[in-house]
Amino acid sequence: MQRGTFLTFIVLLLPLLGAALAPLLTRWAGGKAGWLLAIVPSLVFLHFLGMLGMVSEGQPITGGFDWIPSLGVRFSWLLDGLSLTFALLISGIGTLILIYAGGYLDGHPQQGRFFSFILLFMGAMLGLVVSDSFLMLFVFWELTSITSFLLIGFDHEREASRRAALQALLVTGLGGLSLLAGLLVVTQATGFNDLSTLLGSGDALRSSPLYMAAFVLVLGGAFTKSAQFPFHFWLPNAMEAPTPVSAYLHSATMVKAGVYLLMRLNPVMGDTAAWETVLPLFGGTTLLVGTLLAVRQTDLKLMLAYTTVASLGLLVMLTGFGSELAVEAAVLYLIAHSLFKGALFMVAGLLDHETGTRDVTALGGLRKAMPITFAAALLAALSMGGLPLFFGFLAKEEIYAALGFGNGWAALATLVAVAGNSLMFAVAFAVALKPFIGAERKTPKQAHEGPVSLWLGPLVLALAGLLAGLASGWVHAGFSSPMASAVAGRAVEVTISTVPHIGMALLLSAVTVGLGIAAYLSLGTLRGGMAALLTTIGWGPDRGFDQFVRGMLHASVGVTRIVQNGRMDTYMTVTFVCVAAVLLVPMILFGEFPAVPVFPDLQLHEWAIILMAVIGIGAVVYAKSRLVAIVSLGIQGLAVALLFMLFGAPDLSFTQFMIETLSVVILALVMTRLRLALSDHRPLGQKLFDMSVAGLCGAGFGLLLLKVTQQPFNDALSQFFNAYSRTIAHGRNVVNVIIVDFRGFDTLGEIAVVMITGLAILALIRIRAKPDAGKAKEIGR
Amino acid sequence: METIFSLLVALFFTGGIYLMLSRHLIRILLGVVLFSNAVNLLIFTNGRLTHAVPPIISPDLMTPAGPVANPLPQALILTAIVISFSFFSFLLVVAYRAYQDLGTDDTEEMRVAEPANEAPPPMGY
Repeated sequence: MQRGTFLTFIVLLLPLLGAALAPLLTRWAGGKAGWLLAIVPSLVFLHFLGMLGMVSEGQPITGGFDWIPSLGVRFSWLLDGLSLTFALLISGIGTLILIYAGGYLDGHPQQGRFFSFILLFMGAMLGLVVSDSFLMLFVFWELTSITSFLLIGFDHEREASRRAALQALLVTGLGGLSLLAGLLVVTQATGFNDLSTLLGSGDALRSSPLYMAAFVLVLGGAFTKSAQFPFHFWLPNAMEAPTPVSAYLHSATMVKAGVYLLMRLNPVMGDTAAWETVLPLFGGTTLLVGTLLAVRQTDLKLMLAYTTVASLGLLVMLTGFGSELAVEAAVLYLIAHSLFKGALFMVAGLLDHETGTRDVTALGGLRKAMPITFAAALLAALSMGGLPLFFGFLAKEEIYAALGFGNGWAALATLVAVAGNSLMFAVAFAVALKPFIGAERKTPKQAHEGPVSLWLGPLVLALAGLLAGLASGWVHAGFSSPMASAVAGRAVEVTISTVPHIGMALLLSAVTVGLGIAAYLSLGTLRGGMAALLTTIGWGPDRGFDQFVRGMLHASVGVTRIVQNGRMDTYMTVTFVCVAAVLLVPMILFGEFPAVPVFPDLQLHEWAIILMAVIGIGAVVYAKSRLVAIVSLGIQGLAVALLFMLFGAPDLSFTQFMIETLSVVILALVMTRLRLALSDHRPLGQKLFDMSVAGLCGAGFGLLLLKVTQQPFNDALSQFFNAYSRTIAHGRNVVNVIIVDFRGFDTLGEIAVVMITGLAILALIRIRAKPDAGKAKEIGR
Repeated sequence: METIFSLLVALFFTGGIYLMLSRHLIRILLGVVLFSNAVNLLIFTNGRLTHAVPPIISPDLMTPAGPVANPLPQALILTAIVISFSFFSFLLVVAYRAYQDLGTDDTEEMRVAEPANEAPPPMGY
C-alpha cells in the first residue's frame, strides 16, 4: 500500500531540518524558540495521526525508496499499529518536551545546541520505529545512542556528566553491534532483509538452526538499550542529563526501543521455549531490582529512573510471557508508562527548577505555592499507581488478568509483578505527594509556580492518562488493539474498560494498592534497610564499569609501551622479522623452493666484478674508520655500475656512476665534520641475532629471485616498448622513451620528489640552532 | 647467470639490513645505500639478464634489430636510483642536523618524539 510516500519521507526529515534551524531560532527568540520549534514535532504528529484510520483497520502503510539497489538495501518504512503508536508517542511527547525545554533551559547559553540535539534525537527515534529495512533500523538505532550520548553529556564541563555519557554510549553502542550481528544472522537464516517480509514469513526464523544465535544477539541489543539487569546501571547515571532529556529519552522513548524491538520480533521470534524463559526471567529480575533500588534513592529523578528500569523489566516480562492477554497488557502498560512517567519527570524537573533542590527529604508543603504542578503530579501518580479511572489501572488489571495463577511459573510472575507494582506505587506517591503535603520546608530558592511552558507538558500528559482511561473504547480502537495485533502477529481486540470486573485481577490490584500504601508509609525504614543491604554487597555493575574502563586504560598503556617503546632498533627488528617471515613462511609451507641451480658459467672479468661487489659489502659492514666505510661504499657502487654496463644497460651505468660519486663526495664532506663512533657497540648476542635476521631476509629475497627467474618470462610489455618507441613516440633510445613519454607522469612525480627533497635539505641546513637552543638537547636526554 | 645474481642480491640485502638494524645513524645510512642497490639489482635480474646490446634503435630502422636487453626494468631502476639518492641525501642531512642539535648519533638517545618514561594518560573521564 503506497500512500503519500514522498510526504512521509519529508515528514521523517522534518526533525533534522528543525535541528539545523534550532541554533539560529534560539539566538533570535531565546527560550521562546521552544514554542516555535514545537511546531516541527506537532506537524509530524498530525501527519501520523492522519494515518490512524487506515492503520487501525489493520492496513499497514509501507513506502520507501531504493537506497543501494545493488545490495538490495532500501530506505523503507512500515507503519502498522506498533510503529504508528510509537511514532505518535515520540512526536506528541516531543512537542511537549520542546515547549518544556524552552522554559527549563531559558537563558542557558547553549540552549540552541540543546534544541538541535534533541531534534536530532527525535529524527533518529522516529526513523528507528518506522524502519522497515534492517540496515535502516540499525543506523537509526545507533543514531539514537549517539544523540543520547550528546544529550547526557550536554553539561560536558562536569566529569559525572561525561562519565555517564560515555557509559551510556559504550553500553548501548556495544548492544547496537550485537543487534547488527543479530540482524545479519536473521538475514542469513531467512534470506530477508526487511521487517515486512520477515513478519510475513511465519516459522522461517523459528525453525532455522541459526535461531538461537539470532535470539541471543538480538537480546544483546534490546537488553542494553532497555536497561535490563545486569545492564541497567547506565540508565540512572543518564540522569546527569538535563531533565527534559530524562523525561523524553530515558523514560518515554529511547529506552523503550529495546522493548519495541522485542515486540516487533515477537511474531517471528516469540513462542519458543527460549523466548518464554529468558525474557520473563530477565524482565522479572529487572523489575524487582529496579523497584528495590528506587526505594533506596532520595533524589526525585533517581527514584523515577529506577522505576523506569523496573517498568522496562515489567514490559520485557510481559512481552516474553507468550499469551495474547500478556501482549495486550504490555501494550497498555507501555502507553500508560510513557504518559505518566514523562509527566512525573517533568514535575521533578519543575520542582528542581523552582525550588533549587530535588531531594525528596528536603521538600514539603509546596501544594499552595505550586498548585498546578501538584495537580499534574497527582494525576500522573494515580495513573502510575494503577488507581481506577486512570489508564494505568487498565494496564494493571490486564497485567494481572494475563499472568494469573495458571501454573507455578505464572504464579511466580504474578508475585513478582505484585511486589514490583506495590513498590512502584510507593515511589510514585513519594515523588508526587511528599513534596507537596506536610509542613512547608525552606528550599534554596523561594518556591512559586513555574511558567506555563513548564507546567503545560506534565499537565497535558497527566490529563491524557486520565482521559485515555475514561475514553478507553476509542483508545483501544485507535491504538491498543492495532498495536497488540501487530505485536501478537494476529488480530487481537483489547476490551478492558474502567468499569471494575469483580475477579482475581481486581483483588490483586487491591492487594497491590494496600501493599503500596504500607510501603509508602514505611518508606524511611525501607530506604534504610536497602542502604544497609547495598553497603553490605559493596559492589555493583556501576563500579564494575569503572574497574573495566580503568583496566582497559592500563592495558592499553601497557600495550602501547611495549609496541611503541620509542626505540628505533626495536621497530626495525620487528619490521625485518616480519619481512623475513613473509618471504620464507609461504615458501616453507607450500614447498615452493626454487630448483637447485646449475653452477653458473661466468667469464673471468664477470667473476672479478662480482668479487669486487662482495668485497665492497664486506668492507662497509666491517669498516672501523670513516674513510674505509666511505671508500668501500664507493667500491660496491662502482661494482653495481659495472654490472649494469655488462648487461646492456649503459644508461643505468652512467647514472649509477654519477650518483655513487656524488654520494661519496657528500658523505665525505659531512662525515669529516662529525665525530661519529663508527664501530659497532652492540653486544655479541645482539650482533648474532641481528645477523640472523638480516641473513634470513637476504636468503628470502635471494630464493624468491631465484624462483622467479626459473619461471618462464613474459616479455609482452618489453616487446610493446621495443615495437612502439620509434613508431609512436619517435625516440630511438627505448629506455629514455619509456621515462619521458610512456611513463612521463611518473617521471614528473619523481622530479617533484627530488625538488622537494632539495628544498627540504636547503631549509635544514640554513636553519641554524640559536645559541640558547639547549632545550632540544635536554628533551633528547 | 641469474643464480649468481640471486646470491649477490641476497648478500646485498643481508649487508644492508644488518647495518640498518644498528643503533648508529651513520651505519643505518650506509645500510640504506646497500639496500637501494639490492632492490635495484633485484628488479634488474627479474627482467632477465642478457649480454645483448642496449635497447637502442639504429637510425635507419623503426624497431631494434635483433634481441636487445629488456628496457622496462632499466626505466624503473633509473627512476629508483634518483629517488634513492634523494632519500639518501635527505637522511644524511637529517642525521647531520640531529647530531648537531642532540650531540649524538645513537638512536637510543634520540627520544625527542617519544620521550622515555612518558607520563601515563589521565585516568578520569
